[in-house]
Amino acid sequence: MLSLIIFLPLVVAAVVAAVPSLGAAAARWVWVAVSVVELVLVGVLWAGYEDPGSNGLAFEEQVPWIPGVGSSYHVGVDGLSLPLVAMTSVVFLACAVYALRDRERPRAHTALFLFLQSVSLGVFLAADLIVFFVFFDLSIVGMYFVIAGWGHGDPARSALKFFLYTFLGSLALLLGFIGLYVASDPHTFDIRELVAATPLEDDPVAGGFVLAAILLGLAVKTPTVPFHTWLPPAHTDAPATGSAVLAGVLLKMGTYGFVRIAMPILPEAWRAWAWVIVAVGIVSVLYGAFVALAQTNLKRMIAYTSVNHMGYIILALGAVGLLVDDTAQARSVAVTGAVVQMVSHGLITAALFLLAGVMYNRAGTYDMGSYGGLATPAPRYATLFAVAAFASLGLPGLSGFIAEFQIFAGSIAVAPVTAIALPGILVTAALFLLALQRVFTGPTQGQSSGFADLRGRELWSVGPLLALSLLIGVVPQVLLGVIEPASAALITLVGK
Amino acid sequence: MQMQPALLLPEITTFIGGLVVLLGGSFLPRDRQWIARALAALALLGAAGTAAFAMAGPAQTAFSGTFAVDVATGAARVITALTTLLILGVASGEIAGSARESDTYALLLFAATGVMVLAGTTDLLVLIVGFLLASIPLYGIVGLRGGRSGAEAAVKTYLMGALSGIVLMLGVTLLYALTGATDYAGLEEGLSVAPDAAVGAGVLCVLVGLLFKAGGVPVHFWVPDAAQGAGVTAATFLTTVPKVGALVAMYRLMAVSSAGNESWLVVVAVLATASMVLGNLAAFWQRDPRRLLGWSTVSQVGFLLVPVAAAGRSDLALPSLLFYLAAYALTNVAAFAVTATFPDRRELDDYRGLVSARPGLALALLVALLGLVGTPPTAVFVGKLATATAAWDGGHAWLALMVMINSLLSLFYYLRWFGPALARSGERDRQIPRTGEVATWPAVTAVVAATASVGLGVGAGLLWSALADSLLL
Repeated sequence: MLSLIIFLPLVVAAVVAAVPSLGAAAARWVWVAVSVVELVLVGVLWAGYEDPGSNGLAFEEQVPWIPGVGSSYHVGVDGLSLPLVAMTSVVFLACAVYALRDRERPRAHTALFLFLQSVSLGVFLAADLIVFFVFFDLSIVGMYFVIAGWGHGDPARSALKFFLYTFLGSLALLLGFIGLYVASDPHTFDIRELVAATPLEDDPVAGGFVLAAILLGLAVKTPTVPFHTWLPPAHTDAPATGSAVLAGVLLKMGTYGFVRIAMPILPEAWRAWAWVIVAVGIVSVLYGAFVALAQTNLKRMIAYTSVNHMGYIILALGAVGLLVDDTAQARSVAVTGAVVQMVSHGLITAALFLLAGVMYNRAGTYDMGSYGGLATPAPRYATLFAVAAFASLGLPGLSGFIAEFQIFAGSIAVAPVTAIALPGILVTAALFLLALQRVFTGPTQGQSSGFADLRGRELWSVGPLLALSLLIGVVPQVLLGVIEPASAALITLVGK
Repeated sequence: MQMQPALLLPEITTFIGGLVVLLGGSFLPRDRQWIARALAALALLGAAGTAAFAMAGPAQTAFSGTFAVDVATGAARVITALTTLLILGVASGEIAGSARESDTYALLLFAATGVMVLAGTTDLLVLIVGFLLASIPLYGIVGLRGGRSGAEAAVKTYLMGALSGIVLMLGVTLLYALTGATDYAGLEEGLSVAPDAAVGAGVLCVLVGLLFKAGGVPVHFWVPDAAQGAGVTAATFLTTVPKVGALVAMYRLMAVSSAGNESWLVVVAVLATASMVLGNLAAFWQRDPRRLLGWSTVSQVGFLLVPVAAAGRSDLALPSLLFYLAAYALTNVAAFAVTATFPDRRELDDYRGLVSARPGLALALLVALLGLVGTPPTAVFVGKLATATAAWDGGHAWLALMVMINSLLSLFYYLRWFGPALARSGERDRQIPRTGEVATWPAVTAVVAATASVGLGVGAGLLWSALADSLLL
């Protein structure tokens, strides 16, 4: 079942790439069809999912791969990964629908995104460090080609920077994985066995170094300050679908790695360094918000808000490592909030980037100063953009609020000092309102005149993303019911 | 203690194959030289087959204990034979119908024999024989293609080779003087009681000789020149096949000399680091793809030396070395085969637009270059993972860090090549034709080798189980 979910897009990608006679329209519809099938499969998975308990995985599959180095093809799903898998399928389906208008080499585009979909799902379902790494690394390669091949501006340079930075991260990650392997006895790369064994528990120095390597790798991918510099150029020059996948799905691989690998396998080191992680989270939140505030380029602004939003996750996960008496409940809330934030940010940012892509398509610029009064010629566009902006700034009733509320409720209960990150929310609110005001209100001027409103396909790609955000905001139980047992399990692993 | 020549069947097959090709080739008309190629391929297939068959049997020694027929030798033989076979595919595009065709095949087979001898030897005197047998045909191959750059490459290779050969023999002499033995078992006994400084000089001299064969720092200067100046057949062979024998030989030597003295492993670790860093830095701004690959191969020797630095300290060391050798050979041949398809395109920018004109070839190039970086799921990734793990397991965690840093460095220059190849071609670029101009055989070889390198990576478990109990004799 899980293997089918992972490899179906890959197989179709290979077929699409290998059949040159496939027409442009056919290629685009193949992508939509596969994405729909994937979403249905994930729906079946969700329907049949039962909580597997602490350090357990549902729908496990394990096949020996390289027994000599203790690595096997091992996949499984639990409450931390299932929501991300669902979010990934939704974002890719939205991109597929959005790309139905694209004319530029649709066959290669389809193949590349199906490939990316496979590796993204692979990362979230992997239960072996090497399998995780293989998919993690391939996501970088795939995204490199998306930026270099379909980007605008200076795509070659941005793609190179993206590749070098994130590849650095992945190598650091690999080094950390090797450290875990060498420290475990018997040697293994299997995540569940490593969680059960917690190698390096008695060796704070080696544990610290291994954690540092893993943290570096994940922090680059996430990205947190100060490893975020690859993100703005990559986003600015990537195509809309590329940005949506990069911000919506690929960034989550970093934060997901924290909850899947770093925290449960190295609980001792995580607790020892929790304050550093909290500090990095706070800095990311505030820095991301303030730099975003200063942007005039809409896409760069959204990119920097990603730094801010991912900062909340880091903050929450860092706070979990602080062992304060009688806070197990609060820390569990923080983890739940972090996972909800991953899902919520994925949906909302994907929507925002797709909307930014519409803007570039129509007028060829992201400069907010060249627009004005856009609400008059394009009311549907303005509405969706406003909803996305409010979701992103954490308005109650939308998913961002559920996430941020839990993150802060949990973190502040553990460490009141984390309240200094609260102004981050205020600044994001200000910057989104400012952007809305600059682009949409006032007299119609500049690029806004003659701006065509959203068409069916654009509406059908962005709309569902925001509808889901609204759904999570109104009835969060559906999502929380899956995540909460897993958060509680994680808390017991990290320490009461 | 007897001769048991049957144990050397793969070497004998290859060597006799070379003789037959050499003699037969002189009687064949120019347009029938493909018969010589077929004979050479047959000999190599025979060698690979007998070697694989021998691997299934128990480990033994031949010629009074001077030659070990164990899993390490077997793997080196199979890799050598199959890689040379692939190189025949590259050669078919370059030299088919040329005046020196069968001579080249004969020289390739002789050199391959030498490489196999190097890999299996457990005696310093046989090591010298293997070294010379692997080197002397190589000088000829490098010089076969005329022109100034070819001559320069040949002279440089010959001078470096002659010098390293002498240094190697000096080392052997010293070690013999100190221990009174040339076989490794005797050396291991004698080295522990001999004075450290003298042992150091001796082992280092032998190492330098072997490093020349492998193309590693500090005797690497000939590699980029030869890769650029020689014909593509020669360039592919000399950057790939000799490494197999040289590194297995180094591993055997290190396993012996480090038994009593761990500092040898540190020396190898330092040499590995130097090779990685120097090769990478020098490759950064190269504009000729073949010269770039020449420097990249210097850095790859560094990666290959990493498991040698863990010799005898980690169970992973030897299998990971053999696996990396197989993975590297396939991947490197794929990269060179791509350059062989466009022999007159000698600038990285000449590859612009490859992806739209020849998508299959572009994909092969992509797999080869990402493979050399060590991106999963190619075979080199598994090799790098295993070698880095072996180094850490063997007590050199910093060496594993070096492997990662250097992989990152190498990514930069490989990107400089496949960036243009996968970009859309512009108006002013030299267009790559959809048909014609492209040599067929090298293109097929490139695709086959690239596919195999992915297949080996995905199916790594199968090969690994064959190598896992690769105990040295």
